Amino acid sequence: MTDSLDQIFVFVKHWLLDQLANVLPPAIMPLVSSVMSLLPVLVVFPSLFALTTVFERKGLGRIQNRYGPNRVGPFGFLQFAADGIKAIIKEDVVPRAADKVVHFIAPVILVITALTVYAVLPFGRNMVAADFDAGLLFFFAVGAASELAVFMAGWSSRNKYALLGAMRAVAQMVSYEIPLILSSVAVVMITGTLSLPKIVAAQSTHAGLLPDWFVFTPWGFAGFILFLIAANAELNRSPFDLPEGESEIIAGYFIEYSGFKFALFFLAEYLSMFALSGLGITLFLGGWNAPFAALEFIPSWAWFFIKLLTMIFMFIWTRGTLPRLRQDQLMNLAWKFMIPMVLVNLVAAAVWHFTGPGITRWFTSGALVLGAYMLLGKPQFESKDIGKRTYRFAD
Amino acid sequence: MLGEGIIKGMAETARNFLGSYVSAERLTTVQYPEERSVQIENARQFPFLVFDGDDPMKGLRCVACQICEKECPPKCIYIVKSKDKRADYKGQMQLYPTTFNIDLSVCMSCGICVEVCPFESIKMNTEFELSTTDRFGGLLVNKHQLAKSNDHYRKIHPTDASSSDAALAVEVAKAQAKAKADVEAKAKAAAEAKAKAVAATPVAPQPVAAT
Amino acid sequence: MTLPFAIIAILIIAAATAAMTLRNLIHSALAVAVSFGGLALAYLYLDAQFVGLTQILVYVGAVAILIVFAVLLTRGGEAPEKSVFSASWIWGLLITMSVFATLAWSVLHSFASQREPAEKVGATVKQIGDALMTKFVLPLEVIGLLLTAALIGAVIIAMRDESPKTKMEDGRSKMDKSSVPSSILHPPSSTGGRQ
Repeated sequence: MTDSLDQIFVFVKHWLLDQLANVLPPAIMPLVSSVMSLLPVLVVFPSLFALTTVFERKGLGRIQNRYGPNRVGPFGFLQFAADGIKAIIKEDVVPRAADKVVHFIAPVILVITALTVYAVLPFGRNMVAADFDAGLLFFFAVGAASELAVFMAGWSSRNKYALLGAMRAVAQMVSYEIPLILSSVAVVMITGTLSLPKIVAAQSTHAGLLPDWFVFTPWGFAGFILFLIAANAELNRSPFDLPEGESEIIAGYFIEYSGFKFALFFLAEYLSMFALSGLGITLFLGGWNAPFAALEFIPSWAWFFIKLLTMIFMFIWTRGTLPRLRQDQLMNLAWKFMIPMVLVNLVAAAVWHFTGPGITRWFTSGALVLGAYMLLGKPQFESKDIGKRTYRFAD
Repeated sequence: MLGEGIIKGMAETARNFLGSYVSAERLTTVQYPEERSVQIENARQFPFLVFDGDDPMKGLRCVACQICEKECPPKCIYIVKSKDKRADYKGQMQLYPTTFNIDLSVCMSCGICVEVCPFESIKMNTEFELSTTDRFGGLLVNKHQLAKSNDHYRKIHPTDASSSDAALAVEVAKAQAKAKADVEAKAKAAAEAKAKAVAATPVAPQPVAAT
Repeated sequence: MTLPFAIIAILIIAAATAAMTLRNLIHSALAVAVSFGGLALAYLYLDAQFVGLTQILVYVGAVAILIVFAVLLTRGGEAPEKSVFSASWIWGLLITMSVFATLAWSVLHSFASQREPAEKVGATVKQIGDALMTKFVLPLEVIGLLLTAALIGAVIIAMRDESPKTKMEDGRSKMDKSSVPSSILHPPSSTGGRQ
């Protein structure tokens, strides 16, 4: 029973494929199969986007001691429908000076790249659209292509704020891509594979009380935190929302977009957020594995989505807490803290791998990570005592 | 230590998040159409014109001096003076506005018109639910829409209204005193003139009929 | 020559031609990015996953961005008024043709073209990793060392900051001045400092 529930989507797909095989020519069956794998992704994640916008607004409201949206539908949960209708029926304004073709293509590319990365994410046991060897590399390669789309959006608008936003976004994404990839490389080093289902399989065992998730190792914990920070920056979410910086450059690279294209930017942003959350889950949080053997009766895809919602909540929580960084602070964090830290983290992972099981590897690997953290964190971020603030003319 | 502040901040926001579900007094916002927060007495939105008595158009205090029109920073007031004159509250003959328009879409609620008005005739209203589907015509209000009774003013700004009433009462008293003085002076003058006339007239030769 | 290969080849050549002929520099840069993507598709079509994906990651994700940034930071991306063709295009064509002919001749007569093409074998990531770690370990390590040195060098250049001590003194001297009211009346030209 639990097994069939676990595999219910796989069974449904195979049953449908068998039914269609009688009707359709066999030549197009692979195509039908891949369409049927991707169709749920195209349905589930945009719906999750719709829900998340409401959750985010309500969560931010509660963090600021407000109710958040509570007018449309029960408890305001139909707010996304109102927003969606508004976005669709709004006039689509394209600036006269804009580069029309590039201006049109940019959001499309952004959404396509955001959707393509889902092909390699394992959502549950045997539930991955395209299981190929270099899955992780595919994820990062496609994700890197979105930078160009951001630049296209900013440049084609012919607006100074858009161009500033695009420059900021690209500089930030290029800088934080390095820690993002390097923090994942530690996992690749330990598992010895770039295939995401295999990485999940490597974390499926239990060691005593704790599951063998990589987040429960010194290097994995540090890697997870670094991954989260880099992902936050990669997604241009607060506290790294300089490219959008409402108070400085209004909306950054998508300032000149209106109506449905504007909604596409939001869709792409949230889809990337879910995808990166899913990648973080896959790499560090054991993918679709249950935390305890006793809880394995809950289907694997349910575990994935529970973890995904937790990650989304983390993102909303950080957004509600931390103020925006300054540009120099942003670059300092990337180049003076994150990158040295991930390099040390790689060494810590290697030490962990070669020390062999036992308490020693906990100690050595942990000491390495902690020492680097203390050492790197001290000079850059200790609060400098510059004395009491004085005012010359205003008292 | 690095990251300490972040953890503190996260704890604070988590406390807010959970606390807002538990204790209602944490929630600082008001669910607007159903419940409204009480406006403070000095709240001001857009100007209105005060009238005395029952007829808004007859009792309008405005004398179309156009000081507010000239002082208005965004120039949202438009006044046309009348050709004839009529008696104001203290009985003085004054002009009155045939047209008095305010474009609320331009008005910035600064209240300078109120400060410069020497006749206590333009005041700030507290009405804020002015949304309209016609953004040009709907927000251009004329003197019929602007005219509000003095009782309304007393209701929304009691303190200001009483001082304004007192100032007007002083004006009226002064005017009355002056009028009285004028009357007395006139009477006196008349009396004097009479007296003078009496004095000036040569004493009529008494008829000596008795003799 | 199969249909997918033909499509990919046409895409690459069309994008490369566009990159040469388009007037707007940014458009050219975007066309170059498209041709990079086409090359990646060609690699993927030849079952070379790792190379294809790395092509996208490095060329579309980094090199194209670098080109675009270079165009933006050096001069305006405005389209030139006159034709993009050089006046001496005929000489350029001659040189290109001769280079192409030389290369084609040498390729056709080279050792590789004499061999029978090997049957298509997809190089998996694991095979590439094994080869890098055994047969080509020395070049890999040398390149790794070089790149790490470059990275650390970049970080160290970025780390060089004015020392916090001088900053401190600067701040204090400013504060001292501000606490003395007479400094407002007499601009402290002798004590120095920015006012």
